Amino acid sequence: MTGGADDTPIAELLRSWREPVLGRWIELVGETVHGRLSEAEVRSELTELYGLVERALEGDTAAGDELRAALAEISRGRARHGFSPTETAVGVFALKQSLYEQIRMTRDQRAYSELIDFSSYVDELGLATFETYAAAREQVIADQADQLLELSTPVVRLWDRVLGVPLVGTLDSARAQIAMETLLQALVTTGARYAVIDITGVPAVDTEVAQHLMKTVMAARLMGTHCVVSGIRPQIAQTIVALGIEFGDIVTKATLADALAYVLERSGLRVVGEPEG
Amino acid sequence: MTTPSGEEMPIASSDDVVRVRQVVRAAAAAAGLSLVDQTKLVTAASELARNTYAHGGGGAMRVERATGEDGRKGVRLVFTDEGPGIADVDRALSEGWSSGTGLGLGLPGARQLCDEFGLRSEAGGGTTVTVAKWTR
Ligand SMILES: Nc1ncnc2c1ncn2[C@@H]1O[C@H](COP(=O)(O)OP(=O)(O)O)[C@@H](O)[C@H]1O
Ligand SMILES: [Mg+2]
Repeated sequence: MTGGADDTPIAELLRSWREPVLGRWIELVGETVHGRLSEAEVRSELTELYGLVERALEGDTAAGDELRAALAEISRGRARHGFSPTETAVGVFALKQSLYEQIRMTRDQRAYSELIDFSSYVDELGLATFETYAAAREQVIADQADQLLELSTPVVRLWDRVLGVPLVGTLDSARAQIAMETLLQALVTTGARYAVIDITGVPAVDTEVAQHLMKTVMAARLMGTHCVVSGIRPQIAQTIVALGIEFGDIVTKATLADALAYVLERSGLRVVGEPEG
Repeated sequence: MTTPSGEEMPIASSDDVVRVRQVVRAAAAAAGLSLVDQTKLVTAASELARNTYAHGGGGAMRVERATGEDGRKGVRLVFTDEGPGIADVDRALSEGWSSGTGLGLGLPGARQLCDEFGLRSEAGGGTTVTVAKWTR
């Protein structure tokens, strides 16, 4: 695609109309960013893209690769800034509109014949942002999910046949489910008689979390393990009461230390300080 | 009386419910709500967001800084969906009633946890729930 009569006229057009077409493109995109990006950021991004599009259309394959990389980078940034994938792609499609407007104004005959090819070329670029955007979003979500799962539910041995399950972070359905399964599995392998589920690190207990907790306690009970829920901070206690959640006969304690003391006492154990001397 | 800086976010997945909690927590803290009131508002938001997602088939939440009638500052949340709506609003608001397997405490609980509560719904016409919490 290089040299002589095969030169893509559209590349020439883009070059000669750089000022109005790029300017209008920046304007169109600027209208949609609603303050999430500055005008200067939009200008510098689109100026770079425009230059790369010109070169790629002239057959510069290195520029083509660079263009895709730049688009990928931009869509990752958009994903992080909270733009929707459609907004991101539409930002690229706006280049077509800008060019159409210019062609309509100048009635340049050469341009019309190029439009279809150019249009599908821009569509392809726009769709490429879609893919990167989706991949970036999925990555963000996967990272979050991994964080949650990694954080979730270490089951620790607090005492002989007493397990502790410290729950930290947001307890969504998936995590609560995993917490329950991990605990029940640990009960099987350790034959624990008591389990302390500590929710000190859970920022909010809503009805779904409460329901999961209750189900876990019931299931453990069926397996012969007595559960205590600890770490109920004052703001959580007030919220639970206002929600109208009743924990029934489930034993709850303010702190993990209280729960451990309770469990030890029920096991007939007493912690005795060594006499000084 | 609201600031124009309201923020709207989609509720289309259970991840979005988690994000709603985070956004509401930040807004409640920024508005100066006490820790207890932050937790109450976050918990109410969690209930309503999950209803929007699970019963309403997904929708959106708006968060805005607002001022109550008596001049107290706070946060208002508006949850909307275009789902099946609620045929019997009184029943939905009664403690312990659920059309599914929930505890049926989300709607009455959210009302209890907030200073302002409004529910607009029609069978087939979607649901809008508005709540607000003011500083003391
Ligand atoms: N956004 C909504 N769209 C349709 N129905 C709803 C919505 N929110 C609540 N409901 C109805 O109201 C009932 C009570 O809601 P709630 O008190 O949160 O209990 P739960 O979610 O545990 O069922 C729900 O079971 C559902 O039938
Ligand atoms: Mg509910």
